[in-house]
Amino acid sequence: MSSNNCYHCGLDCGKNPVKFNDKCFCCNGCKTVYEILNANELGCYYDLEANPGTIPSEIKGKYAYLENEEIVSNLLEFNDGEIAVVEFYVPSIHCSSCIWVLENLSKLNHGVITSLVNFPKKTVRITYKIKATNLKEIVELMTSIAYEPYISLNDADAKKNKVSKTLIYQLVIAAFAFGNIMMLSFPEYFQLDGFWINKYKIVFRWLMFFMSIPVVFYSAKDYFISAYKGLRHKMLNIDVPVALGVSVLFIRSSTEVFLNIGAGFFDSLTGLIFFLLLGKFFQQKTYNFLSFERDYKSYFPIAVTKISNNKEEAIPVKNVCEGDRLLIRNEELIPVDGILINGEALIDYSFVTGESVPVVKKSGDKLFAGGKQTAGAIEIDVINTIEQSYLTQLWSNAVFNKTKEKNIKNITDTISKYFTIVILIIAFIAGIYWYFKNPNIAFNIVTAVLIIACPCALALSAPFAFGNMLRIFGYQKFYLKNTETIENMAKVDTLIFDKTGTITSNNTSKIKYEGIPLSSDELQLIKTVIRASNHPLSRALYKFIEEPCLTKKLDYFEEILGKGIKAKYKNNKVKLGAASFVGVSQKNINETVIYISINKELKGKFSFSNNYRKDTQKVFNELSKKYKLIILSGDNEGEKEFLSKMLPKETLFKFNQKPEDKLNFIKKLQQKGAHVLMLGDGLNDAGALAQSNVGIAISENINVFSPACDGILEANLFNKIPKFLTLASKTVTIIKISFIFSFLYNTIGMYFALTGQLTPVVAAILMPASSISIVIFVTILTNWISKKN
Amino acid sequence: MEVVYITIGVSVIVAIFFLIIFIKAIKSGQYEDTYTPSVRMLFDDELVSDKNKEHN
Repeated sequence: MSSNNCYHCGLDCGKNPVKFNDKCFCCNGCKTVYEILNANELGCYYDLEANPGTIPSEIKGKYAYLENEEIVSNLLEFNDGEIAVVEFYVPSIHCSSCIWVLENLSKLNHGVITSLVNFPKKTVRITYKIKATNLKEIVELMTSIAYEPYISLNDADAKKNKVSKTLIYQLVIAAFAFGNIMMLSFPEYFQLDGFWINKYKIVFRWLMFFMSIPVVFYSAKDYFISAYKGLRHKMLNIDVPVALGVSVLFIRSSTEVFLNIGAGFFDSLTGLIFFLLLGKFFQQKTYNFLSFERDYKSYFPIAVTKISNNKEEAIPVKNVCEGDRLLIRNEELIPVDGILINGEALIDYSFVTGESVPVVKKSGDKLFAGGKQTAGAIEIDVINTIEQSYLTQLWSNAVFNKTKEKNIKNITDTISKYFTIVILIIAFIAGIYWYFKNPNIAFNIVTAVLIIACPCALALSAPFAFGNMLRIFGYQKFYLKNTETIENMAKVDTLIFDKTGTITSNNTSKIKYEGIPLSSDELQLIKTVIRASNHPLSRALYKFIEEPCLTKKLDYFEEILGKGIKAKYKNNKVKLGAASFVGVSQKNINETVIYISINKELKGKFSFSNNYRKDTQKVFNELSKKYKLIILSGDNEGEKEFLSKMLPKETLFKFNQKPEDKLNFIKKLQQKGAHVLMLGDGLNDAGALAQSNVGIAISENINVFSPACDGILEANLFNKIPKFLTLASKTVTIIKISFIFSFLYNTIGMYFALTGQLTPVVAAILMPASSISIVIFVTILTNWISKKN
Repeated sequence: MEVVYITIGVSVIVAIFFLIIFIKAIKSGQYEDTYTPSVRMLFDDELVSDKNKEHN
């Protein structure tokens, strides 16, 4: 570590480092953290990592709302009057020393009993004594040592269901039974008539029978339930032949044991269920650090400051009523629609629209929920409660309440319909044939057909192919919610892009000045002129000019919409805006520029380079060959001309789309039969993402929030979208090939079954062999295509 | 050869014992966070040695 770097956070300390104990700190915050840790003998925090900490943020009464009992009781997981448990999400957890210092919170605050970090989830669970400390103290302590917990409206809702472990239990029991039953059935396979086996086989058979009972009635119960549901909806899904196979296997095996005529197929039965559950298990892949289910509640604050009778009081956001007067501090989010009463509002709507340039609002203007105040405190009068606000209303749309999967028949179910019918016909014909030829074995033949027809390999190919592809995508930083998404991606024929934040990057655009150099006075003048303008370009330019504003007011100011600004200050007449407005001819119309003229003399122009993502043009050209492309933007048509030149001719443009419009637009396309993939970012796309067949959120940083979606893509991987789509459709092709193979296995098995040769040994070899070979086949192929592409 | 009854009985009981232990382990949440405990384990040692230094 070089001497001029902060001892706590590792940043450059600049010219005036804060000195303490012979150590340099970049700010007083970092010094405070060092002091706190050192005073409590936690100094070895600094031995663990070279630069462990992050810069602490300031607190200033931010957590006053944690004194409100209603809010606190919503946050607590457990509370018995003595001891309380709370779990916080702490985004700044990033290294091993973070774990260490957070787990030693009890040394910093003696009311804390234990604190336990879950590093992959970035959460800390704190148990504390209610009498010795309170939540506010703990949160303020954490904030002061730079581990600020993220508390949102989402935390106020009842604690959500934990991940179900049922599948793991089912799998474990099936594995246990499969292994043991295989051992017990071996002797009979290899020694059919010995004295020894005749003595013990009854014990073995009954043991196998008892072990298979929990497998059939617990591990395999979901297949029966799903088959029953499918049949009730008149759908022959893949679980119908599976359930049929399992029940026939169990009934025939049990009959053989009860009547003491054979060993049954218990090992095939348990093996089948084990492999099927393994496939189901492999299909699940959860990313601890991501959530695909977020709605506005994850963004919104849990409490807000209400002003009544000149007193400030923290109340839960849910209790806000129409007509309340709220105080919004700097950097706070406006949770409800309101009218600005007091203060200078500079609202950043990037959460909502993806537009990063803040907007100025004047007293009396309407402010929409979701905006973040970025310039000092303001007061607003509430006009809509949280559920009725402009943005949050979107979530009352039915799209958010239904699950998508139910409407979609997946590839395996489509094929299993024909499969089941064919199998039943074969079994029926075989039964009749053998009934006349040799009625004694007719029962055996029919059950053997149904056993061998059990589509184990068929049911395994899709879970393993999609499961493996899901992991491959994950390695390449494209995170999908579930395997159905890959299947839906392969079906997509229409791609819809949001503009701001999706094909443009959120970082403020680059600005260049060309022309006669401007003096400092002139720059100050320009900055003053554009200060009052709400146009995004003006806001960007306002940020770009470093000179301070003039202190005096302008003598004259007029903004002509879509053209420019006319202003007068003392003797200077300023005109700035579009080329035609200033009175020059623009050479390159693909540029976004502001021309400047002072006292009728053209000074020059500020040009804004469009910061579209790398390779946007290339990606669109590549995609236009296969897909219908649509740009669906909430912005005005300002850049339509430029975009239509840059992007392929067939691209459709829709501007001025409200969140609801986007949703309905997609709904209409779907009614016409289109399969839609939507790429978006802000909360305003949330409805469209939920409505589309595949909704993918683009995110500059996957650790920050993104709206509910089927997949999250890192923004710098935008150019890989064509590749991911190709991989998805190739995966489906692989599955189709593996279906052919599994039919082949079934045909071989059918030969044994129909000729009456299906002994337990044959079944015991054929079933695992077919399942395992299919799994290996799809895994190798999916790995191969992902490497090749 | 009656000993086979005992051996099979014992082996099944042992197997079931391990099955129960494993299910209990899953239930306790051991497999949910496999990273943090590996780090935590090392910290405890450090804290002890630090205190020892001060006492000496």
